[in-house]
Amino acid sequence: MLVYITVLLVCQLAGEVTAHLLGLPVPGPVIGMVLLFVALVIKGGVPPAMEQVCRSFLTNLSLLFVPAAVGVSVHFALLAREWLPITAAVLISTLATIAITGLVMVGLTKGHDK
Amino acid sequence: MPADGALGRAWVYLATSPLLWLTATLVAYQAATWLWGRCRMNPLLNPVLVAVILLVGLLRLTGTDYRTYFDGAQFVHFLLGPATVALAVPLYRQIQAVRRSALAIGIALLVGSFTAAASAMAIAWLLGASHDIVLSLAPKSVTTPIAMGIAEAIGGIPSLTVAMVMLTGITGAVCGPALLGLLKIKDPRAQGLALGVAAHGIGTARALQESEQAGAFASLAMGLNGFATAVALPLTLRWLLGI
Repeated sequence: MLVYITVLLVCQLAGEVTAHLLGLPVPGPVIGMVLLFVALVIKGGVPPAMEQVCRSFLTNLSLLFVPAAVGVSVHFALLAREWLPITAAVLISTLATIAITGLVMVGLTKGHDK
Repeated sequence: MPADGALGRAWVYLATSPLLWLTATLVAYQAATWLWGRCRMNPLLNPVLVAVILLVGLLRLTGTDYRTYFDGAQFVHFLLGPATVALAVPLYRQIQAVRRSALAIGIALLVGSFTAAASAMAIAWLLGASHDIVLSLAPKSVTTPIAMGIAEAIGGIPSLTVAMVMLTGITGAVCGPALLGLLKIKDPRAQGLALGVAAHGIGTARALQESEQAGAFASLAMGLNGFATAVALPLTLRWLLGI
């Protein structure tokens, strides 16, 4: 259990270092995800204990966004002043992106495979 | 909060320790999750949304500023890093499905990335938003750390961008699954891509609740969208606006 928590942190650290050294615009944890992915491909499977550790992280993924999301409150004054363009842009743009991405993906994969 | 009496002294002590706000974050989230379950997972009662409302209310009520709150809650925030790394596992298990539809994923992703940034900027600009807001909105669908970097690169306000990113994520998680249902998009690959491109990690967390395949495609979309936007948006804006 502890081994795999360590593995996750080592991947994140390696990702962080890689991003800084190479000046990549991608955050460390995302590179860490790629590193772990490559490691799993090389190993050819996910050890059951690792599976368990990752599952416990991911089942509560939503919780981890709460502290950052509470930060919206810092900008209440600005958000209140320009609420109309902000609400419209966030709402319409997010829905449009979901609809268009989903429809394009369905259109391109239809009939190919199931 | 009155600072006299035993309760006042206890408050002064707790206000300086991470324990209080760390616990408050977990309690608020669990209360929100319980409520969500009780109301048959009504999307408007999304646990992130409800937990944030509860906590913001509590901060207001106790006159606590965000800095103080975050000093405690940062332990939860820190876990986002290893959790992002852990997304490699569902992604690995979908490697065959990803390989089979690689071209479709690439095209859907680029179309989605462009829509996310261009439509947000266009709508805000047409409705008369200030320059700062328009630029801070541009990377709204990108995962937080990348979005902050992009905002800096294009002259937006990074902390304001974080607020936009959070509002976008919550909007996607609340409305996304219903919209996908309305459009009869049932393929978990398409559901995941759509939620990941439009609503980054919060969308990915929501997609994981639908199925592992949707979650894997969402995390893939989140990573690639962040990368594509980080590369393309600053260059495009420099070219368009000459900044």
